[in-house]
Amino acid sequence: MAQALDYLKETPSQTAGPYVHIGLAPGAAGFDIYDRELGWDIAGLEASGERIEVEGLVFDGTGAPVKDVLLEVWQADANGIHAHPEDPRAAEVSPGFRGWGRVITNFDTGLWAFKTVKPGLVPGRSGRTQAPHLNLWIVARGINIGLNTRLYFPEDEALHASDPVLTLIEQQQRRSTLIATRTAPGRYRFDIRLQGEGETVFLDV
Amino acid sequence: MDKPAEFYQRDRDWHPPAFAPTYKTSVSRSPRQALLSLEQSSSEITGPVFGHNDFGALDNDLIKNYAKSGDPIGERIIVHGRVLDETGRPVPNTLVEIWQANASGRYRHKKDTYLAPIDPNFGGCGRTLTDAYGFYYFRTVKPGAYPWRNYVNSWRPAHIHVSVFGSSFSQRLITQMYFEGDPLIAKCPIVNTIPDPEAIDRLIAPLDMNAAIPLDCLAYKFDIVLRGRRSTLFENRLAGN
Ligand SMILES: [Fe+3]
Repeated sequence: MAQALDYLKETPSQTAGPYVHIGLAPGAAGFDIYDRELGWDIAGLEASGERIEVEGLVFDGTGAPVKDVLLEVWQADANGIHAHPEDPRAAEVSPGFRGWGRVITNFDTGLWAFKTVKPGLVPGRSGRTQAPHLNLWIVARGINIGLNTRLYFPEDEALHASDPVLTLIEQQQRRSTLIATRTAPGRYRFDIRLQGEGETVFLDV
Repeated sequence: MDKPAEFYQRDRDWHPPAFAPTYKTSVSRSPRQALLSLEQSSSEITGPVFGHNDFGALDNDLIKNYAKSGDPIGERIIVHGRVLDETGRPVPNTLVEIWQANASGRYRHKKDTYLAPIDPNFGGCGRTLTDAYGFYYFRTVKPGAYPWRNYVNSWRPAHIHVSVFGSSFSQRLITQMYFEGDPLIAKCPIVNTIPDPEAIDRLIAPLDMNAAIPLDCLAYKFDIVLRGRRSTLFENRLAGN
């Protein structure tokens, strides 16, 4: 017998369920409890960069919009800096910028939308650069473990050709599932398909 | 940032699979394609940082944080524990958020139509930061079991939903805490999305009489383990030489 490795096991995930709003967005559940809910303001008022708005739907495998989703966003600022002590440039992050937010869908339509600033180029591994992107995390009833994906911007097509994540996707046509559509200056549409035709590429991060 | 220290790969066989047909809602909400595995970059190893300014003084006390005319009805309990990573190191200053039904199994949510009553003094959510050693605690009332539409006679065991951040977005986790001794645990289709019985045990909080407050409330202990992280020691040496 060898020694035991003695690592702890990660706590197993469970679905966020239909009432995730109570915990993470109580105002949407229908009551007012905290002085300030978290995650409503991703970029802050003073952050530099282009102000953008993103909206979309999440579809299930039958093609119906999922109306009880909660999404979280994590992103770098306009200079590609994350507001986190381990980013080597953290001291230069835009004033007031947190880069994290959460958004829920409209219970009737399933539409979600958030405002932020467009992120800059983010350093990747081994000196490679990542195209501007938002990291998304999706939970809902029926989703047993949160789904990670990324949103890229259509105008950065030239950068996508060398992006270390997009180029990992073997099937060319599936890369487009991570690229938003521009509907107006500063406005983007990003639909997520959980299953079936056009299924979004989800990431094991 | 050339070689950021990566978090240990998630053991996807330990977690519930996306497609778990006895939990019916998962059938149409589960991706069928394989997940794309990434080497972690700055986007994955960083995550939001919260401070005490984000919170109010009663945020972790569900007995008081929505009390209008008195305390909520129900069995008074403390839920406490530590947030650790897989190497056993505490995860300090991390956000833990919980939500739950009231003592009769009813949620304060406009979409919950269960016939059990709303408790006027109970909101059902709380949040806190772990301390420097990874400890957290909440005070609340024990939630009731409630019926839900899966099979016609499906009931959820008493449970508290728990959301945790860790220091990076790749550690983000939502789970549910169950109570030791509840006979509904073994019958629950959501619990049973987890294939390994040992993994299910990790979600069942034991009664902790040492943390109970005599003549006031009982206590349950619930430790939460987030992904551990590689050391950069050798990589740094290689890069530096
Ligand atoms: Fe629940």
